[in-house]
Amino acid sequence: MKYVDEFRDRTIAEKLSAQIAREADPACDYHFMEFCGGHTHAIFRHGVKDLMPSNVHFVHGPGCPVCVLPVRRLDDAIELAEAHGVILCSYGDMMRVPGTKQHSLIRARAAGADVRMVYSVQDALKTAHDNPAREVVFFAIGFETTTPPTAVAITQAKAEGLGNFSVFCNHVLTPPAIGAILQSTGAEAAKIDGFLGPSHVSTVIGSEPYEACATSFNKPVVIAGFEPLDVMQSVLMLVRQVNGGRAEVENEYTRAVTREGNLKAKALTAEVFELRENFEWRGLGTVPLSALRIREAYGAYDAERRFALSPKASREVKSCECPAILRGQKKPTECKLFGTVCTPETPMGSCMVSSEGACAAYWTYGRHRHKAGHAGAAE
Amino acid sequence: MCLAIPAKILSLEGDAMAVVSFEGVKKRISLALVDDAAVGDYVLIHVGFALHKVSPEDAERTLALMAEAGILSDEIGEMAGPPS
Repeated sequence: MKYVDEFRDRTIAEKLSAQIAREADPACDYHFMEFCGGHTHAIFRHGVKDLMPSNVHFVHGPGCPVCVLPVRRLDDAIELAEAHGVILCSYGDMMRVPGTKQHSLIRARAAGADVRMVYSVQDALKTAHDNPAREVVFFAIGFETTTPPTAVAITQAKAEGLGNFSVFCNHVLTPPAIGAILQSTGAEAAKIDGFLGPSHVSTVIGSEPYEACATSFNKPVVIAGFEPLDVMQSVLMLVRQVNGGRAEVENEYTRAVTREGNLKAKALTAEVFELRENFEWRGLGTVPLSALRIREAYGAYDAERRFALSPKASREVKSCECPAILRGQKKPTECKLFGTVCTPETPMGSCMVSSEGACAAYWTYGRHRHKAGHAGAAE
Repeated sequence: MCLAIPAKILSLEGDAMAVVSFEGVKKRISLALVDDAAVGDYVLIHVGFALHKVSPEDAERTLALMAEAGILSDEIGEMAGPPS
């Protein structure tokens, strides 16, 4: 079977699979949310789902920065490029995400706006150096891994007096989003018995910030490496916590994650950024203390202070289920647009555009073909 | 942009920059977020920045997995981009 061939060590994978099946109580269902889009893809790409017993379910979380950015902030970025005459530098993943009325950065560029795709914020700094007569704005998105590079760029710009560079900051935080998902109740609540904590985010923030989530909400968290065997080992650790009635933060990814994280990266982030009181997330709504803005001391490099953004009535594509999918409440296959009008070529929602999005994972790895009649296959 | 790839440090430059090699593709990246990285070390690279050091064994395993899954060439293509 192909999925087993893709493991480096199929014997270990098969042993782990058998051990999970032995320990998972057949009388229980286990719903584990993998917060990070990278894990969603590892689960599908390597067929980890197929190595799980039928009562262990993966719930896909909101850990894809492109996916959780609300349409309003994308519309603002498009406005910066179209109405303020700036060079807008963006990570490639954002280019095709549809904003209001399906406008996008790539369409804005086709219509004449100066939108440039960059691999790194360092490329945006270089663009500012190379174009001293132009305003250059970096469209900053991402979780705690992507934030320290933006902080480095802002301190560099300040040190160099690079007056034509600024940042449109949309950096968001993982632990408050986990809290928001666990706090949601009623029709919006996803069933979750534990979390697979993100790999790279945790190398930066450490395991300590999840402790409040475990104690306040009584849900276990296991920080998982990004390889398939890591994910399987972490599932086994979660099953054991649930069976033992424990809700602790455990670290499977000890080869890279410590309790305190990357102190240098954390210090740089704290130097440049401060918490926003509130920030809107696609799917999660307004979440308090869940995002960062640029501190006053670096205010000269804040695009939101430099440019007056106009009020606008932003809205999502009607019928797009990205919000419910991001809450872990629905699966991509439960969206009526999925695979019909919404495909990677003609995406209607962010979860289909980003390579880390849940819809893109379902599409790429063929789950849309098992829509009905195959028990467990549409998980 | 979410992925991170291990790479070997080939040379150190000023301003906390370094040249690394990804499967033969050379790229300038920043070491501003890590301490004590030296030539020959493997570091995990995300959006042009080293996030932390990794062991050569971990680096090799990760690269092999990414290559098997067919995502390594896409990522390196995105990273290589215009020459820097």
